[in-house]
Amino acid sequence: MEKNSDKKHPGGVSRRDFIKGMGTGALGTAVLPPLLGQTIATRKGRVPVYDKKTITLTVNGKKASLTVEPNETLLDVLRDRLDLTGAKKVCDRGECGGCTVLLDGAPVYACMYLAIRADGKAVKTVEGLAEGEKLHPVQEAFIEKDGYQCGFCTPGFLMTTSAFLEKNPAPSLDEIKQALSGNLCRCGNYAKIYGAVDTAARKMRGA
Amino acid sequence: MREFKIAQPRTADELAALLAETKEPVAMMAGGTDLIDELKSGVATVGLVADLQAVAGLAGIVPEKDGLRIGAMTRIVDLAEDAAVARDYPSLRQAALSLATPQLRNVGTVGGNLCQRPRCWYYRDPQVVCRKKGGFNCYAFQGRNKYHAIFGGGSCYIVYPSDLAPALISLGAKATIGTAKGDKVVPLEQFYALPEIDVGRENILDKGQFLKNVRVPAPKAGQKAAYVKLKERGTWDFALVSAAVAGVVQGGVFAEISVVLGGVAPIPWRLRKAEDALRGKPVSEALIRQAVDEALKDASPLRENGYKADLVFAALKEAVLAAAA
Repeated sequence: MEKNSDKKHPGGVSRRDFIKGMGTGALGTAVLPPLLGQTIATRKGRVPVYDKKTITLTVNGKKASLTVEPNETLLDVLRDRLDLTGAKKVCDRGECGGCTVLLDGAPVYACMYLAIRADGKAVKTVEGLAEGEKLHPVQEAFIEKDGYQCGFCTPGFLMTTSAFLEKNPAPSLDEIKQALSGNLCRCGNYAKIYGAVDTAARKMRGA
Repeated sequence: MREFKIAQPRTADELAALLAETKEPVAMMAGGTDLIDELKSGVATVGLVADLQAVAGLAGIVPEKDGLRIGAMTRIVDLAEDAAVARDYPSLRQAALSLATPQLRNVGTVGGNLCQRPRCWYYRDPQVVCRKKGGFNCYAFQGRNKYHAIFGGGSCYIVYPSDLAPALISLGAKATIGTAKGDKVVPLEQFYALPEIDVGRENILDKGQFLKNVRVPAPKAGQKAAYVKLKERGTWDFALVSAAVAGVVQGGVFAEISVVLGGVAPIPWRLRKAEDALRGKPVSEALIRQAVDEALKDASPLRENGYKADLVFAALKEAVLAAAA
């Protein structure tokens, strides 16, 4: 749910942004940029600078527009602003993989990605993996092969695996280990996770 | 994470002007995977971040008539999966694939990796004001120094942490530095600078400058290269010692050779004495031992990192034999 209370005009420029822009950009009356933030004047022109910015994300196929500050991570925005708590905040330092989401199709650590830089990109979280009640083959395989114990790392493993198998539909065990090397399971369930990935690969190939 | 503003320049000219003309300190964010860590921990204290993501022309791998141009904002994954890199520079591909994790390679960039800040635990501790952060002491010198430098220390015993630079330097790469007054090109080896020159930074980038791209020369006939990374874990680890070897092999003899180490010195460390010992003689384990012994005369290990001398031999043996094969 979006908690930002800024009222946006249809053009996307709030009254507050407009007044602020007028205050800082003395020459800003002639041409209004599409989103009126502040700018830093340089000899090569005015460089946009933001202490907040309205961004648009496509999250699990749906557009979401919200105003973020530069120090908000994609993970915090997904969890705290969009109520998508599937991606887990564990180490918060890009070391464990619990927050893995797909950004334009590629697995990334959402805790180490600024939300403001995700403007215009597509994000897929574990909530978007199943199609309605129909689980993704990777989810089915993790259930069938007990590819989890406590389950806390599982959303990250599912996202990494789903993107990996799109790129490499018939991986070897060593390739599976390499592909999942950025996800940690503190229960130490790796043997069954690797088995689940192998099963998922077979399901996705229809083998 | 601390509060900061983010500037999003759209051209290299805007970026150079922003960096040159802004009074307050600015941190450049390429992939951001390391800078965000520093901003969260408080090691980075800037109030303004320059986001390089939207700067036109900084990403991409472009074949040129005399080699390959790799833009600073090229993602590591794109370098690792590039067909020309796999064909002409296998050691560079090995280095790219040895680095971090798939998630970080999908975001991290060539330029960010080349400019990565050190991993020294005193530097990374926001409570510690070491020499690099404006204090008086290098705490690694008499403190815990298992992962620190055996070459080139003195005022600061950090090690150069990343994988691409040793491979690129061994291949003869050059760096293009963008400035408000136009580009300048330096051998990548000379892009890095020891703490005795300026303890606060690891390279020669002055205020107003940024790394624009690296250019790797076209491979010579008979060029062979290898990259070997020794680390404590199987994956997702920084090098204890890494070795990049490149040269021209004729009949089991290196007619030309360059040897660059990572993880042993504050900058990627060229082993010229080892190169001289290896050049022009039939490659053998004994010759490599002799070359390493010659090079290690310059080493000054600290209390806990003497083992790195043995790893230099192990890494170099594997890399030289692989390249000569």
